[in-house]
Amino acid sequence: MEYSEKVMDHFMNPRNVGEIENASGVGQVGNMKCGDIMKVYLQIEDGKIVDAKFKTFGCGAAVATSSMATELVKGKTIQEALEVTNKAVMEALDGLPPVKVHCSCLAEEALHAALWDYAQKNNITIDGLKPPVNDVDELHHHE
Amino acid sequence: MKTKLYFDNAATTPVREEVLQEILPYFREHYGNASSVYAIAKESKKALEKARAQVAAAINAQPEEIYFTAGGSESDNTALRGVVEAYASKGNHIITTKIEHHAILHTAEYLEKHGAEVTYLNVDEYGKISLEELEKAIRPETVLISVMFANNEIGTIQPIKEIGEIARKHGVVFHTDAVQAVGHVPIDVEKMNIDLLSMSGHKLGAPKGIGALYIRKGIKVEPLIFGGAQEKKQRAGTENIPGIVGIGKAAELAVAEMEGTTAKLVALRDKLINGILETIPYSRLNGHPTDRLPGNCNISFSYIEGESLLLLLDALGIAASSGSACTSGSLDPSHVLMAIGLPHETAHGSLRLTMDRDNTEEEVDFILEKLPGIVQRLRDMSPVYEDAMKANK
Repeated sequence: MEYSEKVMDHFMNPRNVGEIENASGVGQVGNMKCGDIMKVYLQIEDGKIVDAKFKTFGCGAAVATSSMATELVKGKTIQEALEVTNKAVMEALDGLPPVKVHCSCLAEEALHAALWDYAQKNNITIDGLKPPVNDVDELHHHE
Repeated sequence: MKTKLYFDNAATTPVREEVLQEILPYFREHYGNASSVYAIAKESKKALEKARAQVAAAINAQPEEIYFTAGGSESDNTALRGVVEAYASKGNHIITTKIEHHAILHTAEYLEKHGAEVTYLNVDEYGKISLEELEKAIRPETVLISVMFANNEIGTIQPIKEIGEIARKHGVVFHTDAVQAVGHVPIDVEKMNIDLLSMSGHKLGAPKGIGALYIRKGIKVEPLIFGGAQEKKQRAGTENIPGIVGIGKAAELAVAEMEGTTAKLVALRDKLINGILETIPYSRLNGHPTDRLPGNCNISFSYIEGESLLLLLDALGIAASSGSACTSGSLDPSHVLMAIGLPHETAHGSLRLTMDRDNTEEEVDFILEKLPGIVQRLRDMSPVYEDAMKANK
């Protein structure tokens, strides 16, 4: 198993690590059993994601996908951010080893969970956004 | 990044220079098939028997009780399947442990699918089995007890002599997977009542792809590989003479040097263990503090994940391993760490550093200098650490 240079770059020098105080939306997904937990913070102003931060417990791919996913959504509208799928994150990282694909699913889930939190807080509906999956095992079965 | 500090000797070791020199003539000069009659074949035959005697001496066995295989996994497979088949008229029950290598566990699962009954003994928090539990598990139809000599992950050494006594008392064949132990801790198959023992060359400075199975005279083991009369029909296939010469020489050297190597490694190991535990909070030693392999250090760091730790160490040229799910290729952390009762969050953050004769105190100092910063760097980006710190306030 080998990581691409892009994955290693985002692992060694992760972008957007940290927290946003009073963030517009916060989402945490993953569980301890499989050993990956991602927490994403979004700052949303006028329907645009002006800042994104993350904290991740997990392997190299989990850190790199968190880093890339937060990079990709920054500056995007909510609808554009919904297009940042696990596939998009993976492609931006020049691919992931097959056993690590579930990490990219987690990144998408964490983003969606943060957006869901934002929608709940503001009492709005975001088209195409489903409530976050709490049981990550479900994600693994979709591989 | 080039590996400068090799701390994964439980995974494999480099071939020792003395061993390499011994092996080289058997590739181009003495390449004969040991089963043939002409002159160069005799050289191969001679080398084969010399190595057999060297390996036997390393564990106090007789040369005719040593059978060469392609490695530890083949030896383990042969021992389990071969004994279960050979003693089928007595019964179909085997006893092993929850912390065996997968070469044992997966073979046991295979045997279960084919009608065998398997008892998997628990281990305590240090990874040791209970002799009482073992004795209670023995039934009239028990044909085999297989308990590893020393664990590859946490380094814990089992009470092998006592297990041997129990097996002998009940007339049950006793096998031990000693892949991590041969050449590293004293082994005497006579004193320890061991009937079968698996070993591997590449864990002690011999090449990969060579191993041996000790089978006590009188113990029946059906072969796994058929085809020729090699190894007294116990293991068919043209002998891997270079490998065999290598394992013979490596075993001889390891046993001759054991006292000095052990003293050095125990000092390095304890410096490493104590140094880490003292400087890094929320860390714990996995495995037994004293009954452990001389070169094994296994520590769990709460709130971080092992693969990330390995990648950051690799970036500094340090080669190590972990029991985290992400490094096992599955979604579960190591079965050994689960068996000693670690919660998932602690098992995922395990780091195994295994040393051998080439490691130095300077290397240990370098790791002790770098590790606290690496662990903290990962904790600083861990939401689990953040939650735990908030809860502590």
